[in-house]
Amino acid sequence: MSETQQTPEAPRPETVESPLTRRDQEYWRANLKLILALLAVWAFVSFVCSILLIEVLNKISLGGVPFGFWMAQQGSIYVFVVLIGVYVLGMRRLERKYGVPSAPQGGQG
Amino acid sequence: MTVEIWTYIFVGLTFALYLGVGWWSRVRESSGFFVAGRGVPAVANGMATASDWMSAASFMGMAGLISFMGSDGSMFLMGWTGGYVLLALLLAPYLRKFGKYTVPDFIGDRYYSTSARLVAVVCAIFVSITYVAGQMQGVGIVFSRFLGVSVNAGVVIGMFVVAFFAVLGGMKGITWTQVVQYMVLIMAYMIPAFALAFLLTGNPIPQLALPFSDIASRLDGLSTELGFDAYTQPFAGGRNKLDVLFITISLMVGTAGLPHVIVRFYTTKTVKAARASAFWALIFIAILYTTAPALAMMARYNFLDKINGMPHAVEQQPDWARKWAEADLLAFEDKNGDGIVQYVAGDANEVTNFNRDIVVLAAPEVTGLPDWVVALVAAGALAAALSTASGLLLVISSAVAHDVYFRMLNPVAPEKTRVLVGRIMVLVGVLVAGYFGINPPGYVAETVALAFGFAAASFFPAILLGIFSTRTNREGAIAGMLSGLGFVLLYIVLVKSETMGKVFGISTIGIGTVGMAINFAVTFIVSRLTAPPPADVQELVLSIRAMEDPVHPDHVKETDRDEALEEL
Repeated sequence: MSETQQTPEAPRPETVESPLTRRDQEYWRANLKLILALLAVWAFVSFVCSILLIEVLNKISLGGVPFGFWMAQQGSIYVFVVLIGVYVLGMRRLERKYGVPSAPQGGQG
Repeated sequence: MTVEIWTYIFVGLTFALYLGVGWWSRVRESSGFFVAGRGVPAVANGMATASDWMSAASFMGMAGLISFMGSDGSMFLMGWTGGYVLLALLLAPYLRKFGKYTVPDFIGDRYYSTSARLVAVVCAIFVSITYVAGQMQGVGIVFSRFLGVSVNAGVVIGMFVVAFFAVLGGMKGITWTQVVQYMVLIMAYMIPAFALAFLLTGNPIPQLALPFSDIASRLDGLSTELGFDAYTQPFAGGRNKLDVLFITISLMVGTAGLPHVIVRFYTTKTVKAARASAFWALIFIAILYTTAPALAMMARYNFLDKINGMPHAVEQQPDWARKWAEADLLAFEDKNGDGIVQYVAGDANEVTNFNRDIVVLAAPEVTGLPDWVVALVAAGALAAALSTASGLLLVISSAVAHDVYFRMLNPVAPEKTRVLVGRIMVLVGVLVAGYFGINPPGYVAETVALAFGFAAASFFPAILLGIFSTRTNREGAIAGMLSGLGFVLLYIVLVKSETMGKVFGISTIGIGTVGMAINFAVTFIVSRLTAPPPADVQELVLSIRAMEDPVHPDHVKETDRDEALEEL
């Protein structure tokens, strides 16, 4: 059982030339931006609203419950669902924009 | 008809259905066995992921846990759903694009190291076995409570059913049975919740009944009247804010790092479908997870209201109280001798035992629903336990059959042998799980919770950096995983043995967050102090960032390569 799966002499350059086309690189940057924006909302809703500032938000009420409490028990979960939905649609839009032709029906899988 | 006959009918019918689906989806080839031939549609995969994820503990235990914790119970609700955001955005699409069979596969190939693969195999098996033992125990408990069968016989019946469809159908059989199991478990959860919500608030939809009724203020009022903390009061149970925050993060990150959840995203046809199935999975999970807090709140009100002031004389108590007291899940003691149960905070509390599982299991009886609903809840609890158990068994099987046998010991094994080894390993897994189900080690319940801490401190940083940082190398990843895991283990041992108090009040479940941070830091520093990864590995990482080729999704090439390997 050898430690490396490559030959030990395999070159180990500091960086390699990216195998990606320019379009793919732009697509990747747009992808990262989308992910970071969505994660910022995710952290704000769950950590800031539902834990760190829950007492402050509890002073407001939603229907019959304190808002911070509702956010922590139900509201945050709805936001999580919406975040993944926005991500799925956003990625579809990026793929159209950066030029992947629509997948043929049936594929080869 | 009695509850017992109804339960036999429901459990018999659902088990027959699972066996039928298992027979219909039996497979011969290894890609069918390990990743369901990568042909599972997004919605079905979402449903399968949801029932894979929601275990006996989610179904029977979670609402009860929240019912007793009040506001702080949110950490379980957010922790076990918020992890899917991380999974969907940061891991699932890229792992699918990488196109392997298992999590250790990714770790081993990305970090060009057999040791890293082995560390991942050991972690995956350890996490899965502790988890699956809990499921088998759950099966046994349901059988003994609802059918009067012994716990051991219940475990054996459960083992037989899981073994049947998992051995025959592998991942494909498991996936399609999980789809059916989701439907059974969600019906079983929702029907009593609808009834209870309608009865207590006049609004049958639990999601709406929680905010748009006076149940919260009624419960807060009743709780404080009896000397308890108000239900909606945060940080009331003695946990501080930092601990709640760390536990939430640890559960979220751990969820995203659990191998039996990740592997579900290998089964989709394309990367696009992997993203979509994460969305569907969270929708199906959210249906139960937004019902649970409402159910918890209503059940808490119902029990406080009905138990406080109930007579101690057994013959004057309602049927459900008698039944659950007989099952040793509920106990009263007349401390002041007045013949009336006082359900209050502190020493005067005359409810001496209250098992939290009752909150879900007894909901139909306490609400006065017909017997068949009680039977449906039993079938639902079994579906939740069996679906999670089967997903975990496949992780154990594939870790040994694919990662150890095929990738490390016998890389030229023919297709047939690989599937055969996979089937044998499922059987071995079932036997081990059954053994622990019958002889549960005392620490099972604890280790299941701790599994999240381990997953957070080991897998998550290694996978995330493996995808997003080309510079992260073998030395960094191994050092990071070992130091993250080592730190978590050390803290748990020190705190549990009372050698050391909790630092800043951080509990053993929450420490995974610190372990994860340590892992990230160590991986980053060690990677930069040692040689970069080989050029071809760096190119591989970069190529994952490209858009998916819709005409030739990666798995086509992958299959070709596997076939070429076999011809060697």
